[in-house]
Amino acid sequence: MSKVRVLAGTRKGAFILTSDGKRQNWEVSGPHFAGWELYHLKGSPADPNRLYASQTSGWFGQIIQRSDDGGKTWFQPGTPPGEPMTTPEGFPKGESNKFVYDTSTETGKPLTTHQFYDGTQHPWEFKRVWHLEPSPTDPDTVYAGVEDAAIFRSKDGGKTWQELPGLRGHGTGPQWQPGAGGMCLHTIILDPSNPGRIVIAISAAGAFRSDDGGQTWKPINRGLKSRYIPNPEAEVGHCVHHIAMNPARPNVLFMQKHWDVMRSDDAGESWQEVSGNLPTDFGFAIDVHAHEPETVFVVPIKSDAEHYPLDGKLRVYRSRTGGNEWEELSNGLPERNCYVNVLRDAMAVDSLDACGIYFGTTGGQVYASADGGDYWSAIVHDLPPVLSVEVQTLP
Amino acid sequence: MIRVALPTHLRTLAHVDGEVQLEVQGAVTQRSVLDALEAAYPMLCGAIRDHVTLKRRPFIRFFACEEDLSHEPPDAPLPEAVVSGREPFLVVGAIAGG
Repeated sequence: MSKVRVLAGTRKGAFILTSDGKRQNWEVSGPHFAGWELYHLKGSPADPNRLYASQTSGWFGQIIQRSDDGGKTWFQPGTPPGEPMTTPEGFPKGESNKFVYDTSTETGKPLTTHQFYDGTQHPWEFKRVWHLEPSPTDPDTVYAGVEDAAIFRSKDGGKTWQELPGLRGHGTGPQWQPGAGGMCLHTIILDPSNPGRIVIAISAAGAFRSDDGGQTWKPINRGLKSRYIPNPEAEVGHCVHHIAMNPARPNVLFMQKHWDVMRSDDAGESWQEVSGNLPTDFGFAIDVHAHEPETVFVVPIKSDAEHYPLDGKLRVYRSRTGGNEWEELSNGLPERNCYVNVLRDAMAVDSLDACGIYFGTTGGQVYASADGGDYWSAIVHDLPPVLSVEVQTLP
Repeated sequence: MIRVALPTHLRTLAHVDGEVQLEVQGAVTQRSVLDALEAAYPMLCGAIRDHVTLKRRPFIRFFACEEDLSHEPPDAPLPEAVVSGREPFLVVGAIAGG
């Protein structure tokens, strides 16, 4: 029987929630890396036992962790448990934490500054990894979206990381600026049918696409309108919160922007607003049903000044028409006095026949629906604030 | 033998319980102690000082012998009590942030 494994990153550690295909009874393991912020964990589609985790701290910096047994044990790539921690020459093997911006003249046009909150130029400074995206075909290849915004790639299982400098170097970098959460590259979408295509998103710069495996990039923000920047239809500067894609239809993208839910049918070349009848179109999380590519889920949040649900009622909204027409899903969700947020990487879907939807809240709940969103229940109630949720569907 | 006391999270990361003891060749300074620490516990690379600039991370402080050494030059000699092993070199997470 199929199983599901939910990977929850929180402010104080990682938790792994497992269930059989019924998704009624859950086992909880954790906290892993107790006390650390776990911005994101994700499993390799090519080897479900291979998990990557971003462990981070304002005090101690960035750590990359890896598991090769589905989360039972973890190690820092390059230093497997039981192996010497130095090379025969005595050099450290802890390279996996090392994210260094490419400043070489050979591989790009490295930028030194971006726009800061006050509009002045500010140097790029690495802070943390927001998102890890394993390759769909190679367990040892994984991409990292970082703050300050850049994309890195590892081809050796997370041991060493190299920036893909064409993104920062393509020309618009000096116009990028931090969103409220920092200038983060938070979304990485790999097109399973086109190995060269990568879509990423940055707050607050916008969406960008590469069609050559990350060498060259271009902004894909036509159709976005943002009132909080001087030119609302600028090429870059938009605060994109998240983008989702159904792998079976990679040219169709759904975006939760700061305000506005958007849709593209041409891999981001142009966007149309599909907020329709949503009670508020501010939000962070968005995802697409595993089997119905026109079924989309969002969690409307009151506003950018008040990061919680409208009227204290936690609601998921579902569109079965690819946007514009949205229905409120409330069965099993809090009806009153709920003032949590659902962050951008904290929603995911499984691929069981009856598609499961999952999301985590800043109040420490992870909610699940095993029937496409009709009924919800909390798998766990009292975790630390949830930063990210990913799901693996296992045989 | 130089004694180094690490904060809880770095002890966990380095898989050590108590103080770390290090052999340091030559002059005993912040730099030579941290070089020896990172050589012995490479998972700490980047967690105390920047990978590239080797500057102390902003929320890390260095104390010894009831003195704050955080702003001392990295090549300044450490106190004799640290060199002799009577006192530990303390790596501390700054209180800022709670």
